[in-house]
Parts: sequence; C-alpha cells; structure tokens
Amino acid sequence: MSLTRRQKLAARFREFLDTESVIDQPTSLAAYECDGLSAYREQPLLVLLPENIEQVQQIMRLCHEQRLPVVSRGAGTSLSGGALPHAEGVVLSLAKMNRILEVDALSRCAVAEAGVRNLAISEAVSALGLYYAPDPSSQIACSIGGNVAENAGGVHCLKYGLTLHNILALKVVGSDGEIFEIDQRSLHTDGYDLMPLLVGSEGMLGIVVEVTVKLLPIPRCARVVMGVFDSVEQAGDSVAMIIAEGIIPAGIEMMDNPAIRAAEDFVHAGYPVDAEAILICELDGTEEEVVAQIELVEKVLKKGGAVETRLARDEAERLLFWSGRKAAFPAVGRISPDYYCIDGTIPRKALSAVLSGVRALSQEYGLRIANVFHAGDGNLHPLILYDANNEGELEKTEELGSKILQLCIHHGGTITGEHGVGVEKLGEMCVQFSEPERNQFHSIRECFDPLKILNPGKAIPTLARCAEFNAMHVHAGEVPFPDLERF
Amino acid sequence: MNGIDDVSIEDELCTQISSVAASGGEIEIIGGGSKRFYGEPIEALPIDVSAHSGVIDYDPAELVITLRAGCKLADVEALLAGQRQMFGFEPPRFGADATIGGMVASALAGPRRAYAGSIRDFVLGVKLLDGRGQVLRFGGRVIKNVAGFDVARLMVGSLGTLGIILEVSLRVVPVYETELTLAYEHDNADDHLRWINELGSEPYPVSASMWLAGRSQLRLSGSEQGVRQAAKQLGGDETASDWQRLREQSLDFFDPGLPLTRVSLPPAKADMFPGKTQLIEWGGAQRWLCGDVDIAVLRDAVGAQGGSACAFRGHSVGVPCFQPLPAAMLKLQRNIKSSFDPAGIFNPGRIYPGL
Repeated sequence: MSLTRRQKLAARFREFLDTESVIDQPTSLAAYECDGLSAYREQPLLVLLPENIEQVQQIMRLCHEQRLPVVSRGAGTSLSGGALPHAEGVVLSLAKMNRILEVDALSRCAVAEAGVRNLAISEAVSALGLYYAPDPSSQIACSIGGNVAENAGGVHCLKYGLTLHNILALKVVGSDGEIFEIDQRSLHTDGYDLMPLLVGSEGMLGIVVEVTVKLLPIPRCARVVMGVFDSVEQAGDSVAMIIAEGIIPAGIEMMDNPAIRAAEDFVHAGYPVDAEAILICELDGTEEEVVAQIELVEKVLKKGGAVETRLARDEAERLLFWSGRKAAFPAVGRISPDYYCIDGTIPRKALSAVLSGVRALSQEYGLRIANVFHAGDGNLHPLILYDANNEGELEKTEELGSKILQLCIHHGGTITGEHGVGVEKLGEMCVQFSEPERNQFHSIRECFDPLKILNPGKAIPTLARCAEFNAMHVHAGEVPFPDLERF
Repeated sequence: MNGIDDVSIEDELCTQISSVAASGGEIEIIGGGSKRFYGEPIEALPIDVSAHSGVIDYDPAELVITLRAGCKLADVEALLAGQRQMFGFEPPRFGADATIGGMVASALAGPRRAYAGSIRDFVLGVKLLDGRGQVLRFGGRVIKNVAGFDVARLMVGSLGTLGIILEVSLRVVPVYETELTLAYEHDNADDHLRWINELGSEPYPVSASMWLAGRSQLRLSGSEQGVRQAAKQLGGDETASDWQRLREQSLDFFDPGLPLTRVSLPPAKADMFPGKTQLIEWGGAQRWLCGDVDIAVLRDAVGAQGGSACAFRGHSVGVPCFQPLPAAMLKLQRNIKSSFDPAGIFNPGRIYPGL
C-alpha cells in the first residue's frame, strides 16, 4: 500500500526531476533517516534533490496539491532532529544547490544557494580579505540554508552575532510554490521585518533557496590567552570581569575538568588536565588594539583567580589552543559509547547555581557530564555520557537533559541557544511558553503555511503534546507508555 | 534609585484593551509622542502608555537591560552611561519625552546603525499585550535564544500595529574608549560612495559616515591605540563632531520647512540624485533628500535598485509614507497582523491600509 503510493509519487516528481534526483529505494533512503541527532530515525516516502529554484517551486506545488509533508534538509548536521523525515512525506534536500552565485566585493556581500557549505563562503572570498563571520562548529559541513533555518551561532557570536545578524537577504519558496523575498541590503525594511521570523524557523515557514550574506574584513590580528582555574565559579566570574572592563572578546569559551581531560587526551592541545576549568579568550582587531587588550585580559584573569595564564605565542599555538575546544564533542565521543549534547542558555550570573544543579542531577542519575560553555553569551553545552546499548539509558539521559533545560528556564534562560527545538525539545517548549504564546506561534505558521505541510511536528508543540509532557512531568522518573514514540 | 519612575499600569492596560476589543473600538498607542509623525496618520482613541515605566533588571556585566516600555530614552541612556555602556544603534530621540517603546516600535536608528547593527539586532525579548488582551512573552534576557519563532524581533518597526509593547530586553554595548572625526573633500556623491564602500573592506574601526555638500566625514571609535593608528593610516583632517546633530536631524540640512524624503539603497549603488540637496549616511545605505520630489517616480526608480523611499516628514497629505509592498507580501503581512490583533484595534493603517 505504502509502496504503491511511493511509486506513484516518484513518477509524478520524475515528470520534472531527473530519475536519480528522486530517491525511492529503501536502501538509498536510509542515508536520510536521521540528522545529527541520530537517536531519532524515520524513513521518508521519497527524497528529492532539486537543482534549481524552478524545481523547488514545482516540488512545492505538487506537495501543496497532494498535502504532502515536506522536510527541507541541508547537510543534515542539525543536533535537534530538525531534518528528521516524516514517514508520510518527502525530504527536500538542497544539497545540489551549492553554487555561490555572486560575490560583490564593494558591497561586501555574497549570494549563495542554500546548499553552499558555511566554510565554502569564507574560502571563496578570502582572497578579497573578507569572510563570513558565523562559525558553528560544524562549519566544514553545514549548509548556509540550514544555518538560516536554525539561526546557527558559533564561538564568535558574542562579538559578531548569530546568523540573523549576518544575513542581508533571503529568497524563499513558500508552501504554495510561490517565491517571496526579504531584501535588507539597504538596511531598511518596509512593513514587518520578517527576517527574524524566517531565520530560526526550522523549515516551517518556507524553503530558503538563496541567501545573501554579509562579508566582513578579516581582522588583521587575532590572539588567544588561556586562563587556568581551580574552580568553575572563578572562571565564570572572570568572564563578567572582562566584560566589565568594556572588552568584548571575539570568543570566550570555558571547559570544565572532564571536558579538558577528554580534549587533551584526543588532540594534545597542552591543556592542564588537573585544572577545574579553563577559559580560552580570543581578541581580534588591529595589532595595536589586540596588544593593549590582551594585556588587560591577562591582568583580569589573574585578578579573577587564575592560577596561570598562557598567551599563545604564535598563530600555530593559537590554533592549538582552539583545537581542543573545537574537538570537544568528538573527544567526549572517544571516552563514552554515546553522548547527548544539551544547549541551554542562561544569564551568566546564574552559572554557579546552574552548574551545581547540573552536578547534582548528574549524581542523581548516575550519568557523567562534561561541560563546554560559550561563556561570553551564557550558552551551556553539557555533554551527558551514556551507552545506548544499556537498556533504558537513552531514556534516562533524555530525562536528565530535560531536567537540565528546565533548570535553565528556572534561572531565566532558554532551552536552546543555537541548536533549535526540532523534535528534541518539544516537551520543554511547553514549559518555556504558555498556551497563548504557543498558539501565537501556530497562528504565525498558518499565515505562511495554511496547510501545515512544512516540517510538521517540529519546533512548536501541539496542545496534546504539552498535555502529554506535563503528565509525564508529574510522574517524574517514571515515563508512562514507554513504547510510544515521543514525538 | 536610578531616577526612573517604577510604575506598572499593565493591569489597567489589559482591562482597557479587553474592553476596546469587546466594543469594536480602535486605539492609537502613544508613548512620548516624539515619533508620532512617522507613518500614516490615525484617527482612533489615543491611549497613553508612557506611565508604564521602570527598570526591571540591569546588570552591566550581563550586557542586558530589561525595561518597561514607557521609560524615557534619555533617562535610560543616562543610566547606561553611568556604567560606561550604551545602545549600539544610537537611537534618535526627536523630543525629550521619547520612550523605549517608541524606539523599538519605530526601529529608527542613528549614525552607528550601519556599523554596529539595527535595533532589531539588539532586541532579546519582549512582553506584549495582544489584541485579545493577553500578555505574551517572547525571546528572553539571554543573547542566544532560538526557542520558538523570533516574535520579539518582529515587534521592532511594527509601529504599534501588533500590540502594546509592555517590556523589552535589549543588549547593550560598552562605551568606546575614544572617538574622533575626520573630514575629507569629495566633490560629488559618487566619489564618496566609492571611497566609503572601499573602506568597508578594511578593518578600520569606523562607527559613522556622512557626505554633505562636497565633504565626507568619518567617525572612528574604539581603543586609544586602535583609533590613533587608524587615523594615521586614513589621513584626513580632524574635525568637530556633527553626529549628535545628524542623529537628531538638527543639522541645517534638515530644513523643517521642506519635505524630507528618506531613500534606502544597497550602499554601493551609484548616486541617483546628482545636483539635488542630499545627505548620505550609513555608508551609502541611507540618503536623505530635502525638498520637493515626485515620490511615485522616485519609488519606481529606487525600487528597481533594490531600495525604497519613505515620505519621512512634511510631505503633502495623501502621499503614502512607505514604499508599497508587492500584493502577495501585503496579504501575508495582513494575516500576520490579524494573528496578533484579530479585531484590528491597534494603530489601524499606520503602515499600510490594513496594517
């Protein structure tokens, strides 16, 4: 039955797509079953690989006509299940739309198709002395369209902003197949500013097909200083002291002891394995500015209780200092069969309280946690170490993760700083937002997609979903109906 | 403590809006009234929200301030300055009573906007009273937040048509250690546009630019060492600062007796108004024309260049304030308006008919 429907639909799509651009064989579909959150898997009816905007429009017209769910997908690196397929729908992959269409050096912008890799943009314009600032840790692989869908961040967003702050225009194919554009190259918007709605909308408001990004001059100089601390609290306080000096570092990252050990074992960055916390602080700008500021930062770190500060002597050492932080996730992957990354954000002043809460939860659940932290902007990434082969351990891990997120909300924070809600944090959305607020999200979605075919079931929980979550929350520790799919 | 009144009129406003909604009425939201000229005129019951004032939270080390929307902009800027902080987007006041709510609703920003970012870029969260009389919160007080659609930032520039902004959380930035202004001769606008855009590819600490009557001005902001070094490399004559008067539109150029038109263009677009009285700022993205223009003709011309024109002030009655939207986009935006304000009670028609 389902196979017949698959074959029929494949034939319809092949009326305007190449045979091989319509994937309908279960063995090939398997590659699209999940994104970076591999605990969730689903096989779609079809995967479609359009090569141009017209084909995206034709796909959307047919999906609209057939009321067919559409999950758009870039590189599939989402950590929240944003690109998890729908069993009764298609995956619209933008992987073949990977050309940089225009680089305008004078206006400092570039127009890229949605499937262009984040890093490919900076590589294409580096000869002009320019780059694209947002640098999510997956930037080698992740696509600019996916970055827009998730409002991706990175280690430099305290100073240079998120994806939203670095986008000038979008071309979008709407749920009915019609194109609409948001053009802010003139730094002005007539009517409502829909850019913040589209950026971070997790593929629910339209299919982003072209992105005009802002390019910045490559800073002349970048230097890194590392502060070594006996306590996480002192490290956190030192971040506040740096900012109180009027300095906005290009990046400021914290790692706790388990994360330091894992990273050091993996990349041998020279991290002090006995330290309770390290801060890695990068300053960029002109040579003169950086030299003056880095001295000040070193002083502040010492005043804040750093037992040692290390200034990267040259570019090679700067990259070495960063290598441990950038490899923190895979490093943790080496010491545990599986790990689960949490993405809560808190006001920085709540750091001590939240970290001690996380420690208590870690003990309560008997699961180890390593913490890496975008310290400048309050974005925590506790990594819960678990083994999916142990019966029930994934469920226990997810429950622990949910508790951590609720702790973040309790301290005035949010359940996701940069990874998105996807399927993963639907339950916690019920805690963070009231019913009228969630209704407003649904209403906005229906303005763009009245048939609700774009990425259904993601990002914004239904009333029923919240009722279920709240019921589970009441019976904390005991998940009712363990056989039911939780999304 | 901080000299800012701490008064909430949230409950009164909720009651008032619920009863207006029930009776099919319409209201005009008024804060300080300093930007009431901006947008289409409204005939509706004025509701003064400026009494809703107070600092909810301000911890300088967090770089975030949360305010009731009736706070006076001048008071808040004084509070920030006391902590050597400021708003990055350099908002104009256009009057002593200007409020934070009006600043957000109008999205009007000053000379630093092209270099530091827009008001939208700095808004982190809002508390909103919608057309059903419900209080809704979106965003938050943290810099990174991707939970739910970013409704908080949708409020920026919505000119009060989606609801009453009750509270707003904004990111703030440190005050620069030093600033200086340099002047250069550029006889025509195209020379300025080429120069300022080429300069953009170099990592100089530029925080404002302007061209007027054959003279370019450039403001550098940053650390002592950085600014001094850049000034040495850039040459030019050090000059007195005009930026405050540009921000408040009190330079002689802004003749209150003449219509003022704002043209927004991708910054490197060639000059479209040779021979006209023109002031260019924001690296070329914002160009002001003082004097009579045929706005319909102008809109066609700048629209073709990816820009738009706004009949900012002093235009004849009946001239639409904003560049019209494509029909499908207007329909979408009307639906968005209805989703917040189904009965159409807030600032009806302030932006476009039905919006």
